[in-house]
Amino acid sequence: MKRVNIIGAGLAGLSAAITLAEQGFACNLISLQNSERAQSVLAEGGINAALDFIDGGKDLPAEHYKDTMSGGCDLADPEAVRGLTCDAPEIVRGLAVLGVPFHMKDGKLVLRSFGGQKNKRTAYAKSSTGKVIVHALVDLVRKYESEGLVRRYPHHEFVRLLLSQNKGKAACDGVRIIDRHTGKMYDCSGVVVLATGGMNGLFPGMTTGTTSNSGDVTATVFAQGVYLSNLEMIQYHPTTIGISGKRLLVTEAARGEGGRLCVKRNGRWWYFMEEIYPELKNLMPRDVVSREMYNVVRRPDCEDQVYLDMTDLSDEIWKTKLPDMRKELIDYLGIDPKREMIPVEPGIHYFMAGIDVDIYHRTNVDKLYAAGECTSQYHGANRLGGNSMLGAIRGGNMAAKHIMKDTDWAKYIYAERMKEQENGKDISGKESAGEKRIIPKIDWEENIIEVTENNNDNETYLNAASPAFIKEEGQILLEGLGIIRSEGVMQEAYDKLAKLEKKADCCRENSRVMLGKAMLLSALFRKESRGAHFREDYPERKNEYKKMTLARLSEGQVLIQLKE
Amino acid sequence: MEIRFNILRTNRTVKAQYMQSIIYTIEDENATVATALSLMNETAGLKDVDGNAVTPIVWECSCLQKKCGACAMVINDHPALACSVRLRELKKPEVTLKPLMKFPVVEDLMVDRTILFENLREMKIWLKNEARTEPVDYDMAYEGSRCLQCGCCLEVCPNFCPEGKFFGMASFVPTARLISEMKKEQREEIYKEYRKHIYEGCGKSLACRKVCPAGIDIEGLLVNSNAMAIWKRGKRKLTE
Ligand SMILES: Cc1cc2nc3c(=O)[nH]c(=O)nc-3n(C[C@H](O)[C@H](O)[C@H](O)COP(=O)(O)OP(=O)(O)OC[C@H]3O[C@@H](n4cnc5c(N)ncnc54)[C@H](O)[C@@H]3O)c2cc1C
Ligand code: SF4
Ligand code: SF4
Ligand code: FES
Repeated sequence: MKRVNIIGAGLAGLSAAITLAEQGFACNLISLQNSERAQSVLAEGGINAALDFIDGGKDLPAEHYKDTMSGGCDLADPEAVRGLTCDAPEIVRGLAVLGVPFHMKDGKLVLRSFGGQKNKRTAYAKSSTGKVIVHALVDLVRKYESEGLVRRYPHHEFVRLLLSQNKGKAACDGVRIIDRHTGKMYDCSGVVVLATGGMNGLFPGMTTGTTSNSGDVTATVFAQGVYLSNLEMIQYHPTTIGISGKRLLVTEAARGEGGRLCVKRNGRWWYFMEEIYPELKNLMPRDVVSREMYNVVRRPDCEDQVYLDMTDLSDEIWKTKLPDMRKELIDYLGIDPKREMIPVEPGIHYFMAGIDVDIYHRTNVDKLYAAGECTSQYHGANRLGGNSMLGAIRGGNMAAKHIMKDTDWAKYIYAERMKEQENGKDISGKESAGEKRIIPKIDWEENIIEVTENNNDNETYLNAASPAFIKEEGQILLEGLGIIRSEGVMQEAYDKLAKLEKKADCCRENSRVMLGKAMLLSALFRKESRGAHFREDYPERKNEYKKMTLARLSEGQVLIQLKE
Repeated sequence: MEIRFNILRTNRTVKAQYMQSIIYTIEDENATVATALSLMNETAGLKDVDGNAVTPIVWECSCLQKKCGACAMVINDHPALACSVRLRELKKPEVTLKPLMKFPVVEDLMVDRTILFENLREMKIWLKNEARTEPVDYDMAYEGSRCLQCGCCLEVCPNFCPEGKFFGMASFVPTARLISEMKKEQREEIYKEYRKHIYEGCGKSLACRKVCPAGIDIEGLLVNSNAMAIWKRGKRKLTE
């Protein structure tokens, strides 16, 4: 019997595991840390879906689609976004049925405003939405775990894909992992789903995300021949604050609930977003807000610090909607946002960049799928707040569905369910109507086998990149891939990276440099401004670039083209 | 800030333990224990007070903002999250770091908390059917969804030991969510688990509540769960 191997146990991985298990497909859920420690638990503000409003009004998936496409500056795959926005209401209602304590009133979900959206569309649980969703999904996975359908392998790290060539096309036969507690390595055979999150580790200490999403998985699979896309698109969230070791996010919900951005101009507070964008005001898409913030602090008549003013928010809001956030700001900054404005700056928050997948979440490699923030799906040139948890859950779900359709199912179905099927039930346990499927004999090969033979993975794949190397590369990438970019600055960063490459002395360092180069080259390739990619030297948006960039590695060379 | 770090180190293979002291200077005035550990690991050629080279200190982290529980360890004899303890708030410029003691040590400050997750499985912590959601359940379901599975509460609990049948607050908090969300007629089984693994073993001193880094209202959850599972009364609203 084979198992699907899911790498990563955040929302995308959990969702894939649940979708498979519901249908009796067995999987391994492999992750560096337990789900409780995944970046998904950090999500605060909420998750989007077009739902009925409590006051009787109605939102439509078509509106959600329009906002998502235009927020992403028409770069996302329209078919994928249509699927995302159509499935969203069912996904969010499904979460409520699992007991996610969303804010409700009279049996209806209360929705909040988020950036770039004309309607209230974001379901939430105070400011810990990600945490409570992960909690509910983990509980559900536990049930499938007890049935033997899901096997959890926390503290196991991805080493590399096991690839073969099939009729001239690369195919994935499984994945090699290492137990970080015992140091033992294993090969897991079967389809692989990558759900390893964003590439925070390329920018150490400079993002709002977790330290465990090191970027190594994306770098390694890129070096192994997996295509990446949209690599120039990195989201700077407008409201972050530097704290020790990372950037602390002030959720967009702060502005959704009435927070306002301001700067001192000629000695008086200027609420610049409200003046420049009278319709969406402080809730313009994140790329726009970050750029305006970058610009105002450089104006001669303005001071150089932007503040978030939440002093007018009602007690009710502080109590029921943003209590966790307030506590966090008091803890980490010593500032009570109810009484004082807080100083904020744009900071790296989300990677629209990542593994290239089609609408079924297939990569260019056969039997290899990817979902969640590690992919470039759904968000185009700029992700809207509340769309990424949605994208992660839907991505895991789509990948799982396609695996079940595409794969030789008999090899994966869990034996107990097979027996039921022999007794005339279908794989989901219901009495099957109509003809019975013929059940082939399965041999009970274990899908996870310890790697004992001498192999050189110890030297080649396991040596971690050195902190100094990672830091230096991060600094170079930050310089090249800032909020405002230009040919000269990016080229300079590229040259520095080429120099750093000479210092690379392990496989992971090499792969990281390749990935960094691919990012810079993608950004250089896009000679226009669109969403998160803003170029001083090409400030206009150009129709000829209305496609994602695609990056691949060929004989050690990074090649960039527009995606067909 | 110049700080003396005393770190209880454990070798991965032979599990030999020894105390290593390092004097380290940190500029960042907001630095936490987590920052210090990262910085020390980044410092090439770091030496301890006896002049021996310091090998990278193994510890776990992820969010660096008190939301994931990864970095729990014993800091000056109290279990806490490394990313929440600020160095400038120490009483004196010295801090002792040890791994959580109720779990097997993997290496240095990293422990194996598998038992936490096994206990949840043993108690069958999952919803069997759709959640019921009435307004009164909201606070309990929300609080019950917030446990970090960090293990700090177990460290101070006089009644928890990893082999025992009393599972402690790390198992109780997720149980409370289920109690609040299960339909009435389906609750008997979870009540039974609750009595066996939580209620009967708990001395109710609430030492756990004081150390819980997520500030979960353990007392409120206990009162409500007892009312429902033991005294079979209705619940009252959680205190804010
Ligand atoms: C502070 C913050 C607030 C946010 N707020 C919101 C919000 O309000 N709404 C919203 O929609 N989105 C929000 N997001 C974004 C959202 O949280 C993420 O995009 C989403 O949760 C990603 O889910 P994921 O499953 O793809 O990845 P993750 O949750 O990051 O999970 C990645 C998994 O991969 C594992 N992994 C990583 N590397 C390896 C490896 N080498 N080997 C093995 N396993 C590995 C990790 O252990 C983890 O289990 C926020 C993000 C942050 C940082
Ligand atoms: S109340 Fe006391 S006995 Fe009960 S879990 Fe907390 S510390 Fe342990
Ligand atoms: S109850 Fe609190 S201390 Fe105990 S594991 Fe959960 S979060 Fe940690
Ligand atoms: S690193 Fe997440 S709680 Fe400290």
